[in-house]
Amino acid sequence: MSDVTVAVKDAKPTADGVMVDVHGVHKNFGPLQVLRGVDLTVRAGEVTVVLGPSGSGKSTLLRTINHLEKVDRGWISIDGELIGYRRSGSKLHELKEKDVLRQRTHIGFVFQNFNLFPHLTVLDNLIEAPVSALRRPRKEAEETARRLLERVGLADKTNAYPRQLSGGQQQRVAIARALALEPKVLLFDEPTSALDPELVGEVLDVIKDLARTGTTMIVVTHEIGFAREVADTVVFMDDGVVVEQGPPSAVLDSPQHERTRAFLSKVL
Amino acid sequence: MASTTDTAPPGAATPGTGPEAPPAAGDPASLKVVPTRHYARWAAGAAVVVLIAQFVHGLATNPVWEWQVFRDYVFSETIVQAVWVTLQLTAYATVLGFLLGTVLAFLRLSRSPVLSTVAWTYIWIFRSIPMIVQLVFWFNLSALYKELGFGIPFGPVFWSVDSNSIIGTMGAAVIGLTLHQAAYAAEIVRGGVIAVEHGQLEAAAALGIPRLRQIRRIVLPQAMRAILPTAGNEIIGLLKGTSVVYVMSIGELFYQVQVIYGRNGRVIPLLLVATAWYVVLTSLLSVAQYYVERRYARGADRTPPPTPLQRARRFIRTLRAAAAQRNQPVIPLKPLGDSR
Repeated sequence: MSDVTVAVKDAKPTADGVMVDVHGVHKNFGPLQVLRGVDLTVRAGEVTVVLGPSGSGKSTLLRTINHLEKVDRGWISIDGELIGYRRSGSKLHELKEKDVLRQRTHIGFVFQNFNLFPHLTVLDNLIEAPVSALRRPRKEAEETARRLLERVGLADKTNAYPRQLSGGQQQRVAIARALALEPKVLLFDEPTSALDPELVGEVLDVIKDLARTGTTMIVVTHEIGFAREVADTVVFMDDGVVVEQGPPSAVLDSPQHERTRAFLSKVL
Repeated sequence: MASTTDTAPPGAATPGTGPEAPPAAGDPASLKVVPTRHYARWAAGAAVVVLIAQFVHGLATNPVWEWQVFRDYVFSETIVQAVWVTLQLTAYATVLGFLLGTVLAFLRLSRSPVLSTVAWTYIWIFRSIPMIVQLVFWFNLSALYKELGFGIPFGPVFWSVDSNSIIGTMGAAVIGLTLHQAAYAAEIVRGGVIAVEHGQLEAAAALGIPRLRQIRRIVLPQAMRAILPTAGNEIIGLLKGTSVVYVMSIGELFYQVQVIYGRNGRVIPLLLVATAWYVVLTSLLSVAQYYVERRYARGADRTPPPTPLQRARRFIRTLRAAAAQRNQPVIPLKPLGDSR
């Protein structure tokens, strides 16, 4: 995939408030077609919630946005910058790992299983990327980290190790860690699926708080109530395509497609 | 259990009614517990203790051990010097072997088929050659390559030296041990790296942490948990393995011991000298390993277990507290100076 020529002529920076632009994205794992032409637009400051049955490709879509997965066709841009490729004339050149890593510092990613670094304290988890990737002075990074921990309600856990925290606390640390890079967009991959039911609320509250302050977010989740309350746009995916999207009132209360109705009737 | 009271449960045998009394029907907590008797276990334990006692008695009384000779030599200058050489060989081969091994491990894990094949081949070859054979090869390096130099590959050489002058006997031994050790270290490090959960690398990549930093700061510290127990084995094996360099007439512990007993014929006590030193050094390494492992276990447990030292201190503190409690009414505070 060194020369991707598909849809190059459309790959131009968008200046109309679009933060994330996903265009005709295909992704295969061997013979399995996981994404079969996904289009998605997220405006700055908006919250997009992606719903869909497991295997519908929603996690894979999220992972292509920060280039954890390479796309096979199509392209993705964030704030007008192509992800994973550099355009030169009529060709797309694959970016070097170093440049992909730099692009990822603009994209916060929160994993289902938190993936905190267990051998580092909470504070060190938060300052690792700002210090090593953005070359922030350690002092400054620590100040930011403390402020963020306070924001997620964990100011007293600065020196704890991740395994000394509950799942909900770990996920809040993971959110703070993603925020420490001051990303342009935050991606959440089923952030509450690994949590005990009584811990889901504290994590959703943090995400809601971020939504109120205008953070651009894409959230893959099974929490329909959360989608209804927070989302500007709800996207329903099935079998590798976006089946329908729109405001929560439209998609959740009067879905147009049979597949959306079938899914919602099972989870509501 | 509403009917039971603090006094004898209803229907329970009153004390002193004899062994024929029916089993108590009430609260089992009030009954006497008879522990299981492990007669066979006790007999086996006693037999083993007798055997050990016999052996220790033999050590002390059998004149062939010649403890006087042992005492004369164990701290003699020659032996202490030889121990130092053994330690140097171990240290060099450990540090260089694991450095090279780590590089090889990452080459093997590399996505480049050339690099990973080269690393695989290295490991294959150096694990196939017995260390002693390899050492003798290095000892005879100058027969193979008379001069070593830098230049353009397959082209002119700009600078060269005589192999023997740059690689002495000791150098040859260190190279031999290092290359051998690196092959094993590579597999140990690779095992540790692939044991690190995949999500850790993904998280590091998602945060944009530079590649080398990911390895040094995220992967290796976590891999250490899996690496250290095996690496400890390897280093201890290496410490004892240095004894094979006696074939190169290097004055390490085993070689010097052989030289001395070749001269005076006191084989057994001198082998004891070597044994004692190897045991002491291995013990020190084992203690070091315990603390290094503990350091890398940070964050792995919610509450790390106390070290033996902390446990001992805690034990002494409890003893003191118990003693103080017992003596409290007896010891009145004596004014200073009274004791004179």
